[in-house]
Amino acid sequence: MRRPAVAGKPAIAGKLLVVVLATVILAACTPSGQAGQAGQGGADDGGASGSGGTVTVFAAASLKSPFTQLAKQFEAANPGTRVTLNFAGSADLATQIFQGAPADVFASADNRNMGKLLDEGLVEDEPRDFATNTLTIAVPPGNPAGIYAFHDLEKPGTKVVVCASQVPCGAAIRNIAEETGTSLTPVSEETSVTDVLGKVTSGEADAGLVYVTDAQGAGGKVESVPFPEAAQAVNSYPIATVKGARNKAAAQAFRELVLGSGGQAVLGAAGFGAPQP
Amino acid sequence: MSPRKAPTYTGVPAWIYAVAAAGGLLVLLPLAAMVARVNWPQFLPLITSDSSLTALGLSLRTSAASTALCLLLGVPIALVLARGSFPGQRLLRSLVLLPLVLPPVVGGIALLYTFGRQGLLGRTVEVLGLQIAFSTTAVVLAQTFVALPFLVVSLEGALRTAGPRYEAVAATLGARPSTVLRRVTLPLVLPGLASGAVLSFARSLGEFGATLTFAGSLEGVTRTLPLEIYLQRETDADAAVALSLVLVAVAVSVVALAYRSPRPSGRTFAGSMTAQSTTAESATPPRATRGGVQ
Repeated sequence: MRRPAVAGKPAIAGKLLVVVLATVILAACTPSGQAGQAGQGGADDGGASGSGGTVTVFAAASLKSPFTQLAKQFEAANPGTRVTLNFAGSADLATQIFQGAPADVFASADNRNMGKLLDEGLVEDEPRDFATNTLTIAVPPGNPAGIYAFHDLEKPGTKVVVCASQVPCGAAIRNIAEETGTSLTPVSEETSVTDVLGKVTSGEADAGLVYVTDAQGAGGKVESVPFPEAAQAVNSYPIATVKGARNKAAAQAFRELVLGSGGQAVLGAAGFGAPQP
Repeated sequence: MSPRKAPTYTGVPAWIYAVAAAGGLLVLLPLAAMVARVNWPQFLPLITSDSSLTALGLSLRTSAASTALCLLLGVPIALVLARGSFPGQRLLRSLVLLPLVLPPVVGGIALLYTFGRQGLLGRTVEVLGLQIAFSTTAVVLAQTFVALPFLVVSLEGALRTAGPRYEAVAATLGARPSTVLRRVTLPLVLPGLASGAVLSFARSLGEFGATLTFAGSLEGVTRTLPLEIYLQRETDADAAVALSLVLVAVAVSVVALAYRSPRPSGRTFAGSMTAQSTTAESATPPRATRGGVQ
């Protein structure tokens, strides 16, 4: 396409300039230029009529596998409707929505980030809890350091990796440590559960505190050591329709799917607990 | 003024300036937007919190260490690439430059499977009594891995521009190779070496992905300023923005400082990727490079 425009210009600089300008102009003309995530699934909402269009779901990274499955179910049940999924840390997603990212549904891994949206008046309907997650100890296969209980994490020489207290899973760990009088001296405080899991699966850490769903999702790469104290810090996942959703009907339908028995079955299979009453 | 400058003065069409300005804006506008978001009344308390100062101190120390490592390892690599001639040289060059284009997280994974406990050298290193995982050493290794190409590229460019003629003269006068290296080659390319070292330092300062993947994040041990910013962003956007500004300020002043010194009267600035520091007309031996060749 660009070749004919360039062919006459002898100078390399000129060619370069034309290419750069063409790129800039093309980028400026693309309708999805409004926000980073918009183009992810090919936003062709103009095409379908009625219940069709695109519904954009911003969901916590830990929901990746069940929500991908639910999106397929939703698309099958609503022909012509596309579900665009954006997975990231809940804080990142909340920030993106503040900045005007076109989200229709927000599924957060904690109440704090959903609360931020509520405070800003960016939520259409009352957020409802749809799942819970609890912590577990992940250890490399064979459990080389011999971790069988929460207190074993105190053993000298044990390399323990946890989340930093600034992120939800880290806050939960700090609660449990305080409640049980355990003094954890982790070798690293990671920014996300996935980073903690990575340190365990690579064999760098002897133990890491992650969510049950993360340990389950890692397959055989880690073993899970459940501990009863985890019940003291159960994490709730709320879901809500975002104010100004472009596709409100479809957004609410997706929310109902997640909250309904079909959604609960998928979430349960991924290791999530039922929402607390 | 050097004569070769004259044509470039009139040779630039006006529209080039317009496009150049647009390019400049692309870099400057986001920085300006960040400055505009800084919570100025709270700025000092935000950047002088214990965790912020600890992270900044760690970043400066590790970056200094990795710059030293880059010099130690990078100078020989650049010499081999610029002066040597052997099969596979081009391949070696592309491999050395690889960290420039690799996503840092890939670098981190590669380091993990080299120096990690289960890694290629992990057991050997552990036998030697060194614990690399989750240590400051890991941070320095990660920074050196990503910063090394900057030194090699700068220095190799300078070496190629300088050419081997003075070295040949010195050799015919009876100087041994090590003497030539110390007395002729390195003084000749000092500006290129300096700018390469500064670029390495700046790159180390900004290292994030490889550190997070390979070294972990623990206050005072492995949590450098970029990791602290990433963490603060979760809870306190104001602190993250303030610390980002500190990082930008440190990086800008470091780079500006280095680009000022090798730039005496009227010469195009020497250093970076193409060091134009010497011209063939010069007949004086390059004992002192500071003044350049006029």
